[in-house]
Amino acid sequence: MEKINLICIECPMGCNLEVIKHKDIEVKGNKCKRGKDYALKEIENPKRVLTTTVILKNSYLKRLPVRSEGEIPKSLLFECIDYLNKIEVEAPVKMGQVIVENILNTGINIIASRSAEKLP
Amino acid sequence: MQYDLVVIGGGPAGLAAAIEAKENGIDKILLIERDRELGGILQQCIHNGFGLHIFKQQLTGPEYAERFINILKEKNIEYITNTMVLDITDKKEVYILNEKLGYKKINAKAVILAMGCRERTRGAISIPGFRPSGIFTAGTAQRFLNIEGYMVGKKVVILGSGDIGLIMARRLTLEGAKVIAVVEIMPYSTGLTRNIVQCLKDFNIPLLFEHTVIDIKGKSRVEGVVVAKVDENKNPIKGTEIYYECDTLLLSVGLIPENELSKKAGVIIDKRTSGPFVTESMETNIEGIFACGNVVHVHDLVDYVTLEAKRAGKAAAKYIKGTLRRDGVKIITINGKGIRYVVPQIININNSKEVTLFFRVDNIYKDCKLEVRLNEKVIKSIKKDKVTPGEMETINIDFSKLDIKQDDKLFVEVKE
Ligand SMILES: Cc1cc2nc3c(=O)[nH]c(=O)nc-3n(C[C@H](O)[C@H](O)[C@H](O)COP(=O)(O)OP(=O)(O)OC[C@H]3O[C@@H](n4cnc5c(N)ncnc54)[C@H](O)[C@@H]3O)c2cc1C
Ligand code: SF4
Repeated sequence: MEKINLICIECPMGCNLEVIKHKDIEVKGNKCKRGKDYALKEIENPKRVLTTTVILKNSYLKRLPVRSEGEIPKSLLFECIDYLNKIEVEAPVKMGQVIVENILNTGINIIASRSAEKLP
Repeated sequence: MQYDLVVIGGGPAGLAAAIEAKENGIDKILLIERDRELGGILQQCIHNGFGLHIFKQQLTGPEYAERFINILKEKNIEYITNTMVLDITDKKEVYILNEKLGYKKINAKAVILAMGCRERTRGAISIPGFRPSGIFTAGTAQRFLNIEGYMVGKKVVILGSGDIGLIMARRLTLEGAKVIAVVEIMPYSTGLTRNIVQCLKDFNIPLLFEHTVIDIKGKSRVEGVVVAKVDENKNPIKGTEIYYECDTLLLSVGLIPENELSKKAGVIIDKRTSGPFVTESMETNIEGIFACGNVVHVHDLVDYVTLEAKRAGKAAAKYIKGTLRRDGVKIITINGKGIRYVVPQIININNSKEVTLFFRVDNIYKDCKLEVRLNEKVIKSIKKDKVTPGEMETINIDFSKLDIKQDDKLFVEVKE
């Protein structure tokens, strides 16, 4: 039997979770169902939403904030950032617009976090 | 220029207040923002974690802002950017300055203050040493990186474990900087637990509690900082000094409501919150001047800013239509044992039978109860595994079944 202590980051409650591995996996301390899902995912393959910026041209803003539409394996975060730091986007951009499709074959798109008008 | 309502500040507080006033029948509204665009601090907070309560989603700051900006535009609410409000009077005259109009006076029937807060700077916490370049507040560094696209440094020490510092630790690490340590003078973090996990633990960044920066080395650029452990009185302990070589020091040592303007209008500031005393309607001591968001007290979650702002917008609409009640019994809220402050400070139950109290505890308490008393009688008691000063608490009180008398006192307390 193995015990792992985790803190759930799915919401600001930040529940202290205890994960106990018997034949199957038991999760204690979660105040809601998402806590259990989080714990299972966290010991299996931890994933995070990635937020960063890309270069924006033709706008009074120099950077466009972007985020991953879903979660990306934690181990790929740095590679994704390196990839995104080479991307240049041209205004106009609409919030939610796909900036990079299927980044590094994760099956996850990178989308714009805001709209940006082009320079007049 | 004459408006029914002038809203000062185009952050989430100002946006929600203006929208709510419009929905409550006020047409001549002007929202004034000094920045080149609306959205306030949210535009630089590109991380996710906004809107969990209101949208049941984890939005980024800009997404949360854009949703409200879009509603504002759909409702044809008038707004001006690049415009600084310089002065307001108790007669609700608002003096503005911008390139197009120059210096102008606007008369309003009601005013909503939504100027947000600013960061405490180094001067406010006085560290010895020279003033080399490479020292930034965490929010300034955030703006540089996320909006202008400049990295502030390569080897960074962060003083203070507030949320902005934590978020910046992750952000700088992802962008290739080395964050050597986050140094916190208190025995606990004022940031959200989830941020300690996803911003520090995820990247193995050490968090040193009960430590502070006692010296900054370097003349033209930061070359390193000396960190030491502190005793119970927050004095550095000799012999515990550690030297960290770094080129950048970020300060995340707290936020203060921005109330220079409020004071000019004669608005009285509560020392506990550094924001105006407000009623259940978010009205200040000056009739017709309301306030909401970080200008009233520092919020860690934008959702609560929005809720508070809606209260202010709705009440301002009532005031303009002459239906905001002044008669009736008023009670005052009091921060009892373990509580730093309670907002609102004054409640007139004629205006709302149900009121949400926002408050903060003054220390970490485990396995405790948050109790609300009407004079001697306990009217609400909520069990908590843990409360911390870094996380604002809320309790809803329903006054409809309570027997209230003038000047009754409502105490909020921590019971261990
Ligand atoms: C760096 C940071 C990170 C945060 N992270 C999170 C998070 O992860 N999740 C979450 O839910 N919340 C977070 N928050 C909290 C939340 O974003 C804030 O509480 C909220 O933005 C406050 O809204 P506001 O409208 O009161 O103030 P602001 O957003 O600061 O807006 C105030 C506006 O008023 C304008 N203004 C000020 N003075 C004048 C003047 N004289 N004339 C004209 N305009 C003026 C300013 O330019 C500004 O646009 C964070 C806050 C900060 C500072
Ligand atoms: S378990 Fe549920 S309530 Fe607890 S932190 Fe996770 S999401 Fe929030």
